[in-house]
Amino acid sequence: MILARFLGPRVFILVAIVLAAAILVPASNLLLPASHPLHVPSYLVPLFGKYVCYALLALALDLVWGYVGILSLGHGAFFALGGYAMGMYLMRQIGPRGVYGNPILPDFMVFLNWKELPWYWTGFDQFWFACLMVVLVPGLLAFVFGFFAFRSRVTGVYLSIITQAMTYALLLAFFRNDMGFGGNNGLTDFKDILGFPIQAGSTRAGLFAASCVALAIAVLFVGWITRSKLGKLMIAVRDAESRTRFIGWRPEYVKLFAFTVSAVMAGIAGALYVPQVGIINPGEFAPVNSIEVVVWAAVGGRGTLIGPVLGALLVNYGKTVFTAVLPEFWLFMLGGLFVFVTLVLPRGIVGTIDHGFDAFRATRRARAAEKGEAGGQDAVPNPAE
Amino acid sequence: MNRLIPWLLLCLGALLSAAPGAAFGQTPEADPAAIVQKFGGKQSFDATEAVVSELAATGDERVARALRALRDGDLYWRKSDEKVFVATRKGDDYEIFDPLSGDSAGTVAKGDLEKVRVKNSIRNAVTGALGTLTLRADNPAQRMRAADTLFSEGDPEMVAPLDAAIAAETDPAVKTRMQEARASAVLVSDRPAEEKAAAAKVLAARGDRESLNKLTAFAAATGDAAAKKAAESAIAAIESNIAFWNQAQNVWYGLSLGSVLLLAAIGLAITFGVMGVINMAHGEMVMLGAYTTFVVQEVIRANAPGLFEFSLAIALPLAFLVSGAVGLVMERFLIRFLYGRPLETLLATFGVSLILQQAVRTIFGPSNRQVGNPDFMSGAFDVGLMSVTWNRLWIIVFALVVFAALLLVLNRTPLGLQMRAVTQNRRMAAAMGIRTPWVDALTFALGSGIAGIAGVALSQIDNVSPNLGQGYIIDSFMVVVFGGVGNLWGTLVGAMTLGIVNKFLEPFAGAVLGKIVVLVLIILFIQKRPRGLFAQKGRFVDA
Repeated sequence: MILARFLGPRVFILVAIVLAAAILVPASNLLLPASHPLHVPSYLVPLFGKYVCYALLALALDLVWGYVGILSLGHGAFFALGGYAMGMYLMRQIGPRGVYGNPILPDFMVFLNWKELPWYWTGFDQFWFACLMVVLVPGLLAFVFGFFAFRSRVTGVYLSIITQAMTYALLLAFFRNDMGFGGNNGLTDFKDILGFPIQAGSTRAGLFAASCVALAIAVLFVGWITRSKLGKLMIAVRDAESRTRFIGWRPEYVKLFAFTVSAVMAGIAGALYVPQVGIINPGEFAPVNSIEVVVWAAVGGRGTLIGPVLGALLVNYGKTVFTAVLPEFWLFMLGGLFVFVTLVLPRGIVGTIDHGFDAFRATRRARAAEKGEAGGQDAVPNPAE
Repeated sequence: MNRLIPWLLLCLGALLSAAPGAAFGQTPEADPAAIVQKFGGKQSFDATEAVVSELAATGDERVARALRALRDGDLYWRKSDEKVFVATRKGDDYEIFDPLSGDSAGTVAKGDLEKVRVKNSIRNAVTGALGTLTLRADNPAQRMRAADTLFSEGDPEMVAPLDAAIAAETDPAVKTRMQEARASAVLVSDRPAEEKAAAAKVLAARGDRESLNKLTAFAAATGDAAAKKAAESAIAAIESNIAFWNQAQNVWYGLSLGSVLLLAAIGLAITFGVMGVINMAHGEMVMLGAYTTFVVQEVIRANAPGLFEFSLAIALPLAFLVSGAVGLVMERFLIRFLYGRPLETLLATFGVSLILQQAVRTIFGPSNRQVGNPDFMSGAFDVGLMSVTWNRLWIIVFALVVFAALLLVLNRTPLGLQMRAVTQNRRMAAAMGIRTPWVDALTFALGSGIAGIAGVALSQIDNVSPNLGQGYIIDSFMVVVFGGVGNLWGTLVGAMTLGIVNKFLEPFAGAVLGKIVVLVLIILFIQKRPRGLFAQKGRFVDA
């Protein structure tokens, strides 16, 4: 309850819903008979899982964009790197069950006539090592990249463009066969994870639950960071970077921290995403993917914590529906969404509602003051101030 | 071009053989017209081959037509009288021509003709015979081609005919080629080693890859130490020559890539560099220009095929108008609401780019569209050891012309003056009576229109597909950022530098890795100089 009060009821409700979904969806899928009206069909479980991973990714972006004002157009790269790390583990788990039956080498390496596993594949047969890499690789990349970028005060649009260039460079790199990550086809044909068959309903339900738990923890974590003193500093950097610097803070460290944490979150999202969709390929690095993440956060409302989660779920649900019904129409929709959100709804859905609510309260307070009523009872002091 | 050469040869051959045969070395007693008739009637391959050498021995230019027809399987004899003709299919029947003069001799039914049978050895004999024949052709270009053919064949039998031809040759350029051909023949012949060493020197002077191959083969095979030494020093000379031309070729490719980058980025230098608007739909403006070219060519093909040579000239203003109009609409209805909010501009224009891409995909389909090259854009010529294609050359020229024109517009026209005034001090410009919103709109339209013009040029070398623009957008931003925002010269230098660096990295790192290295280098460069190569200084720099 202290937590709920600290984070506000909305975040608490969101976490509660996500955790409830983590239990209810798998339960209804596994326990209820297929004829039951509340039964969730098996094909929907990984789809929902995918949405949850996207929500986590959008939340990661919100941490840097919404709270620190860094518009990263390269978060898809961190997502994909986490995905590749998990994919490499899953690849090694195939063992001798591949098409070529090689116990060590994945199929594509046999196909390319490789004789032994490249050094950077060592250790990926261990789950713990893969998990470590899921966190370390995107985190390290973001740290190094951010260190140089923020130190030399690359800001605003320039930063956006070089993050986009980063993911573009990685896209080109991962398309190469001799990189040793499966080239164009990427990593796929996974068999099992931690010994559980990956196609099985129970595994998928478990992965879904894990994604939900990860999302819930991430929401609480981001909520905690942004409401801490550091979070206030982040917002200060976002709104007045020079002024923050003049007061004596080091904005580049704040940015670097947020960027790295955010990249790690994106990597975890990617790692949870890959076993559920069953493939990771260089297409995930495409700059368009990263920009789509931005629109999720923008639609939901950046800097609102629950907005990006909502936005990711809404936009992706829309995408699923529209690409099935009117595949031609989806890009028009997405493009229109960009224009609409920036022109009409710059605060996003949640931000607009908040803003409207604040404005409503402000007018009511003003009216109450006019009427000479003493102070107005609804002028609750904001604990954040 | 490869397809063009045989065609040209054929044309030339036809022209020459149609002319009355007044060639060198014609032996009066042998009548080619009579010999050609020996192809008639059923006979063995050996007999046919003998006729070929007999024909070649006449040295008569006119027999080339018959020989070529023989090689291509177009030589027939009439069953009724065993007379020989060149025949081409005409509907169900064949039109027949005299094998020497090429005059039409009417049409005959298919069943009346029998083909003169050939096999590969005969075809080779024909090719050799044609080479000898053309060494004595009237046209120097033809003689030169013959010498080149003989050079690459390196046939020891040809030394003597070549000697004769060299003695008779008057054109110094052709003579050199013939001497080179002779040298290549001497290397593989059983002539004395001194002569071979001299031949190696001749090849060294020629200095191309083919000479290198021939010399390497010779150096490996020869037993004579002096000749081997001569060959090896020749190889070293050629290798350094080739290395030089490789560098030259790299520079050329780099300039070519740089001009493409310049074209793609120059419009962005206006919208992003001068106005500070992040236009992610810039690539789509380029794409619209390319599709305008496609539509113009389609209309011309359907209505006035004669105008095809001018299709690009017609497309240029149209592409400028189309992309410029789209840019104007974008500025009026979208971007002007977002001035001062660069991140939002980025997102909104990205949305526009998605919409434009999908619109083009819906209208024209997702696949590549064929945009033809007018004649002046096709083909290539050689400079030393490097090959220069006309379309690349014209694109470099075009990019520089567009660049110069833009400089003129910015520095010498009232609109340019107002643009600079507005970007430097908006409020002061407004106070002076400049309609700043209008100038904003026109500036954006100008930048977009130039992107459209770039699309016309890029349609000549790239696939015209809805994704055309995406490939250029990141590169364009890199060029503008690298060169320095708000500086057209920076864009020029940035584009050319990136182009050349890219092409020099490619041999070591491969095309993709080279590109990645360039991206990383730019990222590092931005760290070092966040405002680009030619950073603006003084009062224009924003806070």
